[in-house]
Amino acid sequence: MSTSSLVAQMKQGLDAPICLTWELTYACNLDCVHCLSSSGKRDPRELTTAEAKSVLDQLRDLQVFYINIGGGEPTIRRDFFEILEYSISQGIGVKFSTNGAFIDAPRAKQLAAMDYLDIQISLDGIDAATNDAVRGAGSYAKAIRAMDNLAAADFGPFKISVVVTRHNVDQLDQFKALADSYGAQLRVTRLRPSGRGADSWHDLHPTNAQQRQIYNWLMAHGDNVLTGDSFFHLNALGDPLPGLNMCGAGRVVCLIDPIGDVYACPFVIHDEFKAGSVREDGGFAKVWRESPLFLELREPQSAGACASCGHFDACQGGCMAAKFFTGLPLDGPDPECVSGEGAAALAAVTAVPVPMMDHSRRPVTNGAQSVSLMPSRASR
Amino acid sequence: MLASEDISTANDSLLTKVLSLHPQVALRPEPFGALAYHFDNRRLVFLKHPDVVTVVSALHPPLTLAEVLTQCGISPRRWPSFQTAIASLLGSEMLHEH
Ligand code: SF4
Ligand code: SF4
Repeated sequence: MSTSSLVAQMKQGLDAPICLTWELTYACNLDCVHCLSSSGKRDPRELTTAEAKSVLDQLRDLQVFYINIGGGEPTIRRDFFEILEYSISQGIGVKFSTNGAFIDAPRAKQLAAMDYLDIQISLDGIDAATNDAVRGAGSYAKAIRAMDNLAAADFGPFKISVVVTRHNVDQLDQFKALADSYGAQLRVTRLRPSGRGADSWHDLHPTNAQQRQIYNWLMAHGDNVLTGDSFFHLNALGDPLPGLNMCGAGRVVCLIDPIGDVYACPFVIHDEFKAGSVREDGGFAKVWRESPLFLELREPQSAGACASCGHFDACQGGCMAAKFFTGLPLDGPDPECVSGEGAAALAAVTAVPVPMMDHSRRPVTNGAQSVSLMPSRASR
Repeated sequence: MLASEDISTANDSLLTKVLSLHPQVALRPEPFGALAYHFDNRRLVFLKHPDVVTVVSALHPPLTLAEVLTQCGISPRRWPSFQTAIASLLGSEMLHEH
Protein backbone atom coordinates (compact mmCIF):
# COMPACT_ATOMS: atom_id res chain seq x y z
CA MET A 1 0.00 0.00 0.00
CA SER A 2 1.46 3.37 -0.94
CA THR A 3 1.62 6.34 1.41
CA SER A 4 -1.33 7.98 -0.29
CA SER A 5 -3.56 4.95 0.05
CA LEU A 6 -2.55 4.80 3.70
CA VAL A 7 -3.67 8.39 4.14
CA ALA A 8 -6.90 7.47 2.36
CA GLN A 9 -7.33 4.61 4.81
CA MET A 10 -6.71 6.84 7.80
CA LYS A 11 -9.22 9.38 6.53
CA GLN A 12 -11.90 6.72 6.92
CA GLY A 13 -10.97 6.48 10.59
CA LEU A 14 -9.31 3.86 12.75
CA ASP A 15 -10.89 1.52 15.30
CA ALA A 16 -9.26 3.63 18.02
CA PRO A 17 -7.37 6.92 17.91
CA ILE A 18 -3.60 6.99 17.52
CA CYS A 19 -3.29 10.54 18.72
CA LEU A 20 -5.54 11.03 21.71
CA THR A 21 -5.03 14.15 23.79
CA TRP A 22 -6.50 14.24 27.25
CA GLU A 23 -6.52 17.55 29.03
CA LEU A 24 -6.72 16.72 32.72
CA THR A 25 -7.58 20.16 34.04
CA TYR A 26 -8.39 23.68 32.95
CA ALA A 27 -6.35 24.96 35.90
CA CYS A 28 -3.06 26.59 35.02
CA ASN A 29 -0.46 28.67 36.82
CA LEU A 30 0.28 30.57 33.60
CA ASP A 31 -1.86 32.72 31.35
CA CYS A 32 -0.34 32.29 27.87
CA VAL A 33 -1.83 34.64 25.32
CA HIS A 34 -2.28 31.82 22.78
CA CYS A 35 -3.64 29.10 25.10
CA LEU A 36 -5.67 26.78 22.89
CA SER A 37 -8.05 25.86 25.73
CA SER A 38 -8.36 29.29 27.41
CA SER A 39 -7.14 27.69 30.61
CA GLY A 40 -6.67 29.29 34.00
CA LYS A 41 -9.30 28.26 36.52
CA ARG A 42 -10.20 24.69 37.37
CA ASP A 43 -13.67 23.62 36.27
CA PRO A 44 -15.73 22.21 39.16
CA ARG A 45 -17.09 19.53 36.82
CA GLU A 46 -13.67 18.00 36.09
CA LEU A 47 -13.43 14.19 36.08
CA THR A 48 -12.73 12.58 39.44
CA THR A 49 -9.84 10.19 39.97
CA ALA A 50 -12.22 7.23 39.75
CA GLU A 51 -13.73 8.53 36.51
CA ALA A 52 -10.27 9.13 35.06
CA LYS A 53 -9.29 5.57 35.88
CA SER A 54 -12.39 4.16 34.24
CA VAL A 55 -11.60 6.18 31.10
CA LEU A 56 -8.14 4.58 31.16
CA ASP A 57 -9.72 1.13 31.52
CA GLN A 58 -11.68 1.82 28.35
CA LEU A 59 -8.65 3.10 26.48
CA ARG A 60 -6.80 -0.06 27.50
CA ASP A 61 -9.63 -2.22 26.14
CA LEU A 62 -9.54 -0.23 22.89
CA GLN A 63 -5.78 -0.85 22.75
CA VAL A 64 -4.89 2.82 22.65
CA PHE A 65 -1.10 2.60 22.71
CA TYR A 66 -0.35 5.94 24.30
CA ILE A 67 -2.04 9.19 25.27
CA ASN A 68 -0.95 12.79 25.25
CA ILE A 69 -1.81 14.38 28.56
CA GLY A 70 -2.13 18.13 28.75
CA GLY A 71 -4.21 20.89 30.25
CA GLY A 72 -4.16 23.54 31.60
CA GLU A 73 -1.16 22.46 33.58
CA PRO A 74 -1.76 18.74 34.24
CA THR A 75 0.74 18.50 37.10
CA ILE A 76 -1.51 20.80 39.16
CA ARG A 77 -3.95 17.93 39.73
CA ARG A 78 -3.27 16.31 43.08
CA ASP A 79 -3.86 12.89 41.56
CA PHE A 80 -1.54 13.57 38.61
CA PHE A 81 1.01 10.90 39.54
CA GLU A 82 -1.75 8.44 40.43
CA ILE A 83 -3.31 8.86 36.98
CA LEU A 84 0.10 8.62 35.32
CA GLU A 85 1.03 5.45 37.15
CA TYR A 86 -2.36 3.88 36.55
CA SER A 87 -2.17 4.55 32.83
CA ILE A 88 1.28 3.02 32.53
CA SER A 89 0.23 0.03 34.65
CA GLN A 90 -2.58 -0.58 32.15
CA GLY A 91 -0.12 -0.64 29.25
CA ILE A 92 -0.95 2.83 27.98
CA GLY A 93 2.17 4.94 27.44
CA VAL A 94 2.01 8.62 28.40
CA LYS A 95 3.44 11.77 26.99
CA PHE A 96 2.55 14.81 29.03
CA SER A 97 2.91 18.48 28.21
CA THR A 98 3.91 20.87 30.93
CA ASN A 99 5.17 24.39 31.41
CA GLY A 100 7.68 22.89 33.81
CA ALA A 101 6.86 25.02 36.84
CA PHE A 102 6.35 22.02 39.14
CA ILE A 103 9.17 19.80 37.94
CA ASP A 104 11.55 20.32 40.83
CA ALA A 105 14.49 18.02 41.53
CA PRO A 106 12.56 15.36 43.52
CA ARG A 107 9.72 15.22 40.96
CA ALA A 108 12.25 14.95 38.14
CA LYS A 109 13.76 11.91 39.90
CA GLN A 110 10.34 10.37 40.36
CA LEU A 111 9.56 10.87 36.65
CA ALA A 112 12.93 9.52 35.57
CA ALA A 113 12.17 6.26 37.37
CA MET A 114 9.06 5.60 35.25
CA ASP A 115 8.97 3.68 31.97
CA TYR A 116 6.83 4.47 28.92
CA LEU A 117 6.78 8.13 29.82
CA ASP A 118 7.64 11.11 27.63
CA ILE A 119 7.65 14.70 28.82
CA GLN A 120 7.21 17.72 26.65
CA ILE A 121 8.15 21.14 27.97
CA SER A 122 6.64 24.18 26.31
CA LEU A 123 8.95 27.01 25.33
CA ASP A 124 8.02 29.75 22.88
CA GLY A 125 11.19 31.81 22.81
CA ILE A 126 14.90 31.14 22.98
CA ASP A 127 15.31 33.93 25.52
CA ALA A 128 13.18 35.24 28.36
CA ALA A 129 12.13 38.34 26.46
CA THR A 130 10.65 36.42 23.49
CA ASN A 131 9.18 33.59 25.57
CA ASP A 132 7.73 35.61 28.42
CA ALA A 133 5.99 38.03 26.07
CA VAL A 134 3.72 35.11 25.14
CA ARG A 135 3.83 32.79 28.15
CA GLY A 136 4.13 35.33 30.98
CA ALA A 137 6.82 36.74 33.25
CA GLY A 138 9.13 34.13 34.77
CA SER A 139 7.93 31.28 32.56
CA TYR A 140 11.20 31.02 30.61
CA ALA A 141 13.23 30.54 33.80
CA LYS A 142 10.77 27.89 35.04
CA ALA A 143 10.92 25.91 31.81
CA ILE A 144 14.72 25.96 31.72
CA ARG A 145 14.91 24.91 35.37
CA ALA A 146 12.62 21.96 34.61
CA MET A 147 14.89 20.92 31.73
CA ASP A 148 17.93 21.19 33.99
CA ASN A 149 16.20 19.08 36.63
CA LEU A 150 15.22 16.39 34.12
CA ALA A 151 18.74 16.31 32.71
CA ALA A 152 20.25 16.07 36.21
CA ALA A 153 17.87 13.21 37.03
CA ASP A 154 18.94 11.42 33.83
CA PHE A 155 15.40 11.35 32.51
CA GLY A 156 16.66 10.78 28.97
CA PRO A 157 15.46 12.49 25.82
CA PHE A 158 12.55 14.74 26.79
CA LYS A 159 10.88 17.00 24.23
CA ILE A 160 10.93 20.75 23.87
CA SER A 161 7.75 22.01 22.25
CA VAL A 162 7.66 25.32 20.42
CA VAL A 163 4.66 27.08 18.91
CA VAL A 164 6.03 29.01 15.93
CA THR A 165 5.12 32.69 15.93
CA ARG A 166 6.11 35.79 14.05
CA HIS A 167 8.56 36.55 16.85
CA ASN A 168 10.40 33.24 17.25
CA VAL A 169 10.52 32.01 13.67
CA ASP A 170 14.08 33.34 13.34
CA GLN A 171 15.10 31.27 16.38
CA LEU A 172 14.46 27.81 14.93
CA ASP A 173 18.18 27.05 14.63
CA GLN A 174 18.71 28.12 18.22
CA PHE A 175 15.82 25.98 19.46
CA LYS A 176 17.38 23.02 17.68
CA ALA A 177 20.74 23.76 19.30
CA LEU A 178 19.10 24.06 22.72
CA ALA A 179 17.37 20.70 22.27
CA ASP A 180 20.62 19.11 21.08
CA SER A 181 22.47 20.49 24.11
CA TYR A 182 20.08 18.55 26.37
CA GLY A 183 19.96 15.48 24.15
CA ALA A 184 16.29 16.42 23.81
CA GLN A 185 13.99 16.26 20.81
CA LEU A 186 12.58 19.42 19.29
CA ARG A 187 8.89 19.64 18.47
CA VAL A 188 7.64 22.55 16.42
CA THR A 189 3.94 23.24 16.00
CA ARG A 190 1.61 25.64 14.33
CA LEU A 191 -0.12 28.50 16.11
CA ARG A 192 -3.85 28.04 15.71
CA PRO A 193 -6.49 30.66 16.45
CA SER A 194 -8.07 28.47 19.16
CA GLY A 195 -8.94 29.49 22.72
CA ARG A 196 -7.15 32.69 23.66
CA GLY A 197 -5.25 32.17 20.41
CA ALA A 198 -8.31 33.61 18.66
CA ASP A 199 -7.45 36.97 20.21
CA SER A 200 -3.69 36.86 19.69
CA TRP A 201 -3.50 35.05 16.35
CA HIS A 202 -3.62 38.13 14.14
CA ASP A 203 -0.60 39.60 15.91
CA LEU A 204 1.37 36.40 16.36
CA HIS A 205 0.87 34.17 13.35
CA PRO A 206 3.79 33.99 10.91
CA THR A 207 3.68 36.24 7.86
CA ASN A 208 3.47 34.78 4.37
CA ALA A 209 7.23 35.22 3.91
CA GLN A 210 7.79 33.46 7.23
CA GLN A 211 5.60 30.53 6.14
CA ARG A 212 8.10 29.87 3.38
CA GLN A 213 10.92 30.24 5.88
CA ILE A 214 9.29 27.55 8.08
CA TYR A 215 8.82 25.28 5.07
CA ASN A 216 12.46 25.64 4.01
CA TRP A 217 13.71 25.08 7.54
CA LEU A 218 11.61 21.93 7.95
CA MET A 219 12.74 20.66 4.56
CA ALA A 220 16.33 20.95 5.80
CA HIS A 221 15.87 19.77 9.41
CA GLY A 222 12.42 18.20 9.60
CA ASP A 223 13.54 14.57 9.76
CA ASN A 224 14.76 15.07 13.31
CA VAL A 225 12.04 17.46 14.39
CA LEU A 226 8.53 16.46 15.44
CA THR A 227 5.66 18.42 13.92
CA GLY A 228 2.58 16.20 14.14
CA ASP A 229 0.03 17.46 11.62
CA SER A 230 1.07 21.10 11.94
CA PHE A 231 2.36 22.11 8.57
CA PHE A 232 0.74 20.17 5.74
CA HIS A 233 -0.82 23.41 4.48
CA LEU A 234 2.76 24.39 3.55
CA ASN A 235 3.05 21.41 1.21
CA ALA A 236 1.54 23.66 -1.45
CA LEU A 237 5.06 25.16 -1.62
CA GLY A 238 6.68 22.01 -3.00
CA ASP A 239 7.68 18.51 -1.93
CA PRO A 240 5.77 17.12 1.04
CA LEU A 241 7.18 17.74 4.50
CA PRO A 242 7.81 14.91 6.93
CA GLY A 243 4.92 14.45 9.39
CA LEU A 244 1.24 13.56 9.21
CA ASN A 245 0.03 15.18 6.02
CA MET A 246 -3.67 15.19 6.66
CA CYS A 247 -6.21 16.51 9.13
CA GLY A 248 -6.82 13.63 11.51
CA ALA A 249 -9.66 15.23 13.45
CA GLY A 250 -12.18 12.57 14.49
CA ARG A 251 -10.39 10.04 12.27
CA VAL A 252 -7.13 9.32 14.08
CA VAL A 253 -7.07 12.30 16.44
CA CYS A 254 -9.36 13.46 19.23
CA LEU A 255 -9.51 15.33 22.52
CA ILE A 256 -11.00 14.42 25.88
CA ASP A 257 -11.37 17.66 27.80
CA PRO A 258 -11.17 17.98 31.61
CA ILE A 259 -14.92 17.52 32.10
CA GLY A 260 -14.97 14.44 29.88
CA ASP A 261 -16.33 16.01 26.70
CA VAL A 262 -14.91 14.52 23.53
CA TYR A 263 -13.94 16.86 20.68
CA ALA A 264 -12.62 16.14 17.18
CA CYS A 265 -9.21 17.58 18.04
CA PRO A 266 -7.52 19.64 20.78
CA PHE A 267 -7.87 22.81 18.74
CA VAL A 268 -11.64 22.74 18.32
CA ILE A 269 -13.14 23.13 21.79
CA HIS A 270 -16.51 24.32 20.52
CA ASP A 271 -20.00 22.75 20.42
CA GLU A 272 -19.73 22.40 16.63
CA PHE A 273 -17.01 19.81 17.11
CA LYS A 274 -18.20 18.12 20.29
CA ALA A 275 -18.87 14.45 19.67
CA GLY A 276 -20.14 13.44 23.11
CA SER A 277 -18.90 12.75 26.61
CA VAL A 278 -17.07 9.92 28.32
CA ARG A 279 -19.70 10.26 31.04
CA GLU A 280 -22.48 9.02 28.72
CA ASP A 281 -23.50 5.35 28.51
CA GLY A 282 -20.99 3.49 26.40
CA GLY A 283 -18.30 5.98 27.36
CA PHE A 284 -15.46 6.99 25.08
CA ALA A 285 -15.63 3.88 22.89
CA LYS A 286 -19.20 4.60 21.86
CA VAL A 287 -18.41 8.24 21.11
CA TRP A 288 -15.39 7.26 19.01
CA ARG A 289 -17.25 4.63 17.03
CA GLU A 290 -20.73 6.02 16.72
CA SER A 291 -20.91 9.77 17.17
CA PRO A 292 -22.56 11.36 14.11
CA LEU A 293 -19.88 14.07 14.04
CA PHE A 294 -17.00 11.58 13.83
CA LEU A 295 -18.81 9.46 11.27
CA GLU A 296 -19.36 12.58 9.18
CA LEU A 297 -15.68 13.57 9.43
CA ARG A 298 -14.71 10.12 8.16
CA GLU A 299 -16.70 10.69 4.96
CA PRO A 300 -14.96 12.30 1.96
CA GLN A 301 -14.78 16.06 2.54
CA SER A 302 -15.57 18.63 -0.11
CA ALA A 303 -12.74 20.78 -1.43
CA GLY A 304 -15.08 23.72 -1.94
CA ALA A 305 -13.30 26.85 -3.08
CA CYS A 306 -9.96 24.97 -3.06
CA ALA A 307 -11.17 22.53 -5.74
CA SER A 308 -9.81 24.70 -8.55
CA CYS A 309 -6.40 25.07 -6.88
CA GLY A 310 -3.58 22.97 -8.29
CA HIS A 311 -2.12 22.51 -4.80
CA PHE A 312 -5.14 20.90 -3.23
CA ASP A 313 -3.77 17.35 -3.27
CA ALA A 314 -0.70 18.50 -1.37
CA CYS A 315 -2.29 21.01 0.99
CA GLN A 316 -5.82 19.64 1.34
CA GLY A 317 -7.10 23.07 2.17
CA GLY A 318 -5.25 23.15 5.49
CA CYS A 319 -6.51 23.06 9.05
CA MET A 320 -10.21 22.93 9.94
CA ALA A 321 -9.63 24.61 13.32
CA ALA A 322 -7.70 27.49 11.77
CA LYS A 323 -10.53 28.09 9.32
CA PHE A 324 -13.32 27.74 11.83
CA PHE A 325 -12.01 30.15 14.44
CA THR A 326 -11.10 32.81 11.89
CA GLY A 327 -14.64 32.67 10.52
CA LEU A 328 -13.73 31.00 7.21
CA PRO A 329 -15.81 28.27 5.56
CA LEU A 330 -14.50 24.78 6.31
CA ASP A 331 -14.47 23.84 2.64
CA GLY A 332 -12.20 26.62 1.49
CA PRO A 333 -8.67 27.92 1.90
CA ASP A 334 -6.75 27.94 5.15
CA PRO A 335 -6.24 31.45 6.62
CA GLU A 336 -2.51 30.91 6.05
CA CYS A 337 -2.93 29.59 2.50
CA VAL A 338 0.46 30.06 0.88
CA SER A 339 -1.19 31.05 -2.41
CA GLY A 340 -2.66 34.08 -0.68
CA GLU A 341 -6.26 32.86 -0.94
CA GLY A 342 -6.65 32.92 2.86
CA ALA A 343 -5.81 36.59 3.22
CA ALA A 344 -8.42 37.46 0.62
CA ALA A 345 -11.02 35.26 2.31
CA LEU A 346 -10.22 36.73 5.74
CA ALA A 347 -10.85 40.22 4.45
CA ALA A 348 -14.45 39.22 3.70
CA VAL A 349 -15.17 37.71 7.14
CA THR A 350 -17.84 39.56 9.06
CA ALA A 351 -18.32 37.30 12.09
CA VAL A 352 -16.20 34.80 13.97
CA PRO A 353 -17.48 32.09 16.33
CA VAL A 354 -17.95 33.07 19.95
CA PRO A 355 -15.93 30.85 22.32
CA MET A 356 -18.09 28.41 24.29
CA MET A 357 -15.70 27.89 27.16
CA ASP A 358 -13.39 30.30 28.86
CA HIS A 359 -11.53 29.33 32.01
CA SER A 360 -9.18 32.30 31.86
CA ARG A 361 -8.50 33.83 35.23
CA ARG A 362 -8.95 37.23 33.66
CA PRO A 363 -11.46 36.71 30.87
CA VAL A 364 -10.13 38.32 27.73
CA THR A 365 -13.23 37.93 25.63
CA ASN A 366 -16.30 39.89 26.65
CA GLY A 367 -19.57 38.10 27.20
CA ALA A 368 -18.41 34.64 26.11
CA GLN A 369 -21.55 32.53 26.15
CA SER A 370 -23.24 29.76 24.28
CA VAL A 371 -24.37 31.84 21.34
CA SER A 372 -22.86 31.24 17.94
CA LEU A 373 -22.75 34.06 15.43
CA MET A 374 -21.98 31.54 12.75
CA PRO A 375 -24.37 29.28 10.90
CA SER A 376 -24.01 25.76 12.24
CA ARG A 377 -22.34 22.95 10.27
CA ALA A 378 -25.73 21.41 9.68
CA SER A 379 -27.23 24.49 8.07
CA ARG A 380 -24.28 25.13 5.79
CA MET B 1 21.72 -4.60 -9.90
CA LEU B 2 24.20 -5.68 -7.29
CA ALA B 3 22.21 -3.96 -4.57
CA SER B 4 18.96 -5.69 -5.44
CA GLU B 5 20.74 -9.06 -5.59
CA ASP B 6 22.09 -8.36 -2.12
CA ILE B 7 18.59 -7.68 -0.88
CA SER B 8 17.11 -10.80 -2.39
CA THR B 9 19.90 -12.91 -0.89
CA ALA B 10 19.33 -11.26 2.46
CA ASN B 11 15.60 -11.91 2.21
CA ASP B 12 16.10 -15.52 1.21
CA SER B 13 18.16 -16.12 4.30
CA LEU B 14 15.22 -14.68 6.27
CA LEU B 15 13.24 -17.81 5.44
CA THR B 16 15.43 -19.94 7.67
CA LYS B 17 15.29 -17.50 10.58
CA VAL B 18 13.33 -18.08 13.75
CA LEU B 19 11.46 -14.87 14.49
CA SER B 20 8.86 -13.55 16.88
CA LEU B 21 7.09 -10.35 17.73
CA HIS B 22 9.24 -8.20 20.02
CA PRO B 23 7.91 -8.52 23.58
CA GLN B 24 7.45 -4.74 23.79
CA VAL B 25 5.27 -4.62 20.68
CA ALA B 26 1.47 -4.52 20.73
CA LEU B 27 -0.65 -5.36 17.68
CA ARG B 28 -4.04 -3.75 17.24
CA PRO B 29 -6.40 -4.98 14.52
CA GLU B 30 -7.63 -2.36 12.04
CA PRO B 31 -9.86 -2.63 8.95
CA PHE B 32 -6.80 -2.67 6.63
CA GLY B 33 -4.68 -5.04 8.73
CA ALA B 34 -3.18 -3.89 12.01
CA LEU B 35 -1.19 -1.24 13.78
CA ALA B 36 1.95 -2.26 15.62
CA TYR B 37 3.35 -0.08 18.38
CA HIS B 38 6.75 -0.54 19.97
CA PHE B 39 6.65 0.71 23.56
CA ASP B 40 10.43 1.06 23.80
CA ASN B 41 11.34 2.92 20.63
CA ARG B 42 7.84 4.50 20.26
CA ARG B 43 7.56 3.48 16.65
CA LEU B 44 4.15 3.03 15.10
CA VAL B 45 3.99 0.78 12.06
CA PHE B 46 1.12 -0.12 9.76
CA LEU B 47 0.69 -3.75 8.77
CA LYS B 48 -1.16 -3.12 5.58
CA HIS B 49 -2.57 -6.52 4.77
CA PRO B 50 -4.56 -8.95 6.93
CA ASP B 51 -2.37 -11.85 5.71
CA VAL B 52 0.75 -10.09 7.01
CA VAL B 53 -1.00 -9.79 10.37
CA THR B 54 -1.82 -13.50 10.30
CA VAL B 55 1.79 -14.39 9.57
CA VAL B 56 3.25 -11.99 12.15
CA SER B 57 0.87 -13.28 14.80
CA ALA B 58 1.79 -16.87 13.97
CA LEU B 59 5.55 -16.36 14.34
CA HIS B 60 6.83 -18.32 17.29
CA PRO B 61 9.91 -20.36 18.04
CA PRO B 62 11.05 -22.88 17.05
CA LEU B 63 9.34 -22.35 13.67
CA THR B 64 11.29 -20.71 10.87
CA LEU B 65 9.68 -18.05 8.72
CA ALA B 66 9.32 -20.56 5.86
CA GLU B 67 7.50 -22.96 8.17
CA VAL B 68 5.18 -20.23 9.40
CA LEU B 69 4.38 -19.10 5.84
CA THR B 70 3.56 -22.69 4.94
CA GLN B 71 1.49 -23.18 8.05
CA CYS B 72 -0.50 -20.01 7.25
CA GLY B 73 -1.21 -21.33 3.77
CA ILE B 74 0.64 -18.52 1.95
CA SER B 75 1.43 -19.72 -1.56
CA PRO B 76 5.20 -19.64 -2.33
CA ARG B 77 4.43 -17.30 -5.23
CA ARG B 78 3.64 -14.59 -2.65
CA TRP B 79 6.62 -15.27 -0.39
CA PRO B 80 8.87 -12.53 -1.81
CA SER B 81 6.41 -9.79 -0.83
CA PHE B 82 6.09 -11.30 2.64
CA GLN B 83 9.88 -11.46 2.95
CA THR B 84 10.07 -7.74 2.15
CA ALA B 85 7.43 -6.91 4.75
CA ILE B 86 9.08 -9.11 7.39
CA ALA B 87 12.52 -7.63 6.64
CA SER B 88 11.20 -4.14 7.19
CA LEU B 89 9.53 -5.16 10.46
CA LEU B 90 12.81 -6.67 11.58
CA GLY B 91 14.58 -3.44 10.62
CA SER B 92 12.27 -1.36 12.80
CA GLU B 93 12.72 -3.88 15.66
CA MET B 94 9.04 -4.85 15.64
CA LEU B 95 10.26 -8.43 15.26
CA HIS B 96 13.28 -10.01 16.78
CA GLU B 97 15.36 -13.01 15.92
CA HIS B 98 16.01 -16.02 18.13
S1 SF4 C 1 -8.42 20.62 12.70
FE1 SF4 C 1 -6.31 21.33 12.41
S2 SF4 C 1 -5.32 20.93 14.38
FE2 SF4 C 1 -7.20 19.73 14.34
S3 SF4 C 1 -6.58 17.71 13.55
FE3 SF4 C 1 -7.26 18.92 11.80
S4 SF4 C 1 -5.38 19.85 10.99
FE4 SF4 C 1 -4.94 19.16 13.07
S1 SF4 D 1 -6.26 27.53 -2.29
FE1 SF4 D 1 -6.71 25.87 -0.82
S2 SF4 D 1 -5.63 24.05 -1.64
FE2 SF4 D 1 -4.77 25.87 -2.68
S3 SF4 D 1 -2.96 26.38 -1.48
FE3 SF4 D 1 -4.69 27.63 -0.70
S4 SF4 D 1 -5.53 26.43 1.01
FE4 SF4 D 1 -4.22 25.05 -0.20
